[in-house]
Amino acid sequence: MADAAVPPLLRPFEATGRWTLALLDALGRFAVFFGEALVAAVTPPLKVRALVDRIHYIGYRSLLIIVLTGAFTGMVLGLQLYLTLSRFGSEAFLGPAVALALIRELGPVLSALMVTGRAGSALTAELGIMRITEQIDALTVMALSPVRYLVTPSILAGLISFPLMAGIFDLVGIVGGYLVGVELLGLSYGTYFGEMQTFVRFDDLMTGFWKSVCFGVLVTWVCTYKGFHVGHGAEGVARATTQAVVLSSVLVLVWDYFMGSVLP
Amino acid sequence: MIEVEGLWKAFGRQVVLRGVDLTVPAGSITVIIGRSGGGKSVLLKHLLGLLRPDAGRVRVGGVELTALRGEALDRVRRRYGVVFQGGALFDSMTCWANVAFPLREKLRLPPAEVAARVAQALEQVGLGGMGHKYPAEISGGMRKRVAIARALVTEPEIVFFDEPTTGLDPILVNTIHGLILSLHRRLGFTAVMVSHEIPEIFEIADRVAMLHDGRIVEVGPPAAIQASTNPVVRGFIRGEPEALAT
Repeated sequence: MADAAVPPLLRPFEATGRWTLALLDALGRFAVFFGEALVAAVTPPLKVRALVDRIHYIGYRSLLIIVLTGAFTGMVLGLQLYLTLSRFGSEAFLGPAVALALIRELGPVLSALMVTGRAGSALTAELGIMRITEQIDALTVMALSPVRYLVTPSILAGLISFPLMAGIFDLVGIVGGYLVGVELLGLSYGTYFGEMQTFVRFDDLMTGFWKSVCFGVLVTWVCTYKGFHVGHGAEGVARATTQAVVLSSVLVLVWDYFMGSVLP
Repeated sequence: MIEVEGLWKAFGRQVVLRGVDLTVPAGSITVIIGRSGGGKSVLLKHLLGLLRPDAGRVRVGGVELTALRGEALDRVRRRYGVVFQGGALFDSMTCWANVAFPLREKLRLPPAEVAARVAQALEQVGLGGMGHKYPAEISGGMRKRVAIARALVTEPEIVFFDEPTTGLDPILVNTIHGLILSLHRRLGFTAVMVSHEIPEIFEIADRVAMLHDGRIVEVGPPAAIQASTNPVVRGFIRGEPEALAT
């Protein structure tokens, strides 16, 4: 309905209604997009070569940034937690404190944010460029599903890679905490790892695992969606890439809180 | 072979197609001409099933394309080969892999047959030995030729060309047109081409249709179009903007 036909007093309501409908429309398309990817994941043929390529792209090529971030996160945790725990005479619990912080929270969340910035943005840009250069249309007119070839392998790769990246982040972080707490600040090796074994439970590992699985699906879903539905030209690709990274990062943090409050 | 009836399409408030009627006979080369931004590519996308009209219909071989979705639409598309304006080659694949792609994925041919047909297709477009190059490593003209090879390697019934020679030098324009004509004679496909390479298209077209102001204003053999008394058609062919302002 044109604005001119709506009485001025009612225009804010009309605008709110239009905004709400647009939001519902976007959410619906977002959900349908995921549904199509899910159908392609469970019906043959699965594009195995494309999946392996995406795992390499999202996971293997993020290794360096994961190792660097994990190491320094562990070292900072080791330092700050030692200083805090020593005020209460509880330095002996440094090992489990570092491990629990990494395994339950920082490993899944920070590794997801790092991979979002590195691989998620690249994924959006790649698909966006494919969209504006009509490569996606080329697949469609060949009667081949662009979702099956481009989206499903990426989402499955996220599902596989994110928990692996989180695991590597945790391991490297624990070593980083060890270097600071044991080698630098003088805690004993046996205390650091012994207390860790006592207090870190299987539930903690599963919490971290399920978080990173969810993050893997969320990030790749958002980034592929944004790339697929890019606007016109280079500006459209740039805008989509920025939106994908920001939205993915926010969703990771929001979903992290939600899972933290639901999981044991 | 292809029938367009009363096609209307608007994007927001901008009406691009205002009741397009067009028939493309089987086995012919039909070229659609018209001003830049006049809706030629939009019309082409309707024939490919990439856009749905606000009104009207498209029939391909008697089947109403506009009513189809999913697998039924894909069945029609399997008869197509398409050369996009920029080539639309897959960046991450070599030229060889690009041409092989529809043979592997669409026709599911065995590797030996794929290799033989790809080699033949690249030879036909004068790019034998260039298969190992990536699209970014070759010129624009070469990319167009690889795109033509990819579109025709499956020997489709209907081939669509979206401005296949835009941005190329005059020698390459004639080379590409000559290539399309010789492949058309050999394979006998129905071709729909969007172009504004006047007068070169008159040498390869069986029929020319002029799209102006969202409608087909005239359609006929090249000689009839060149001799047209319609001021819009004459103005476009002669490059006279004031004639198209009416």
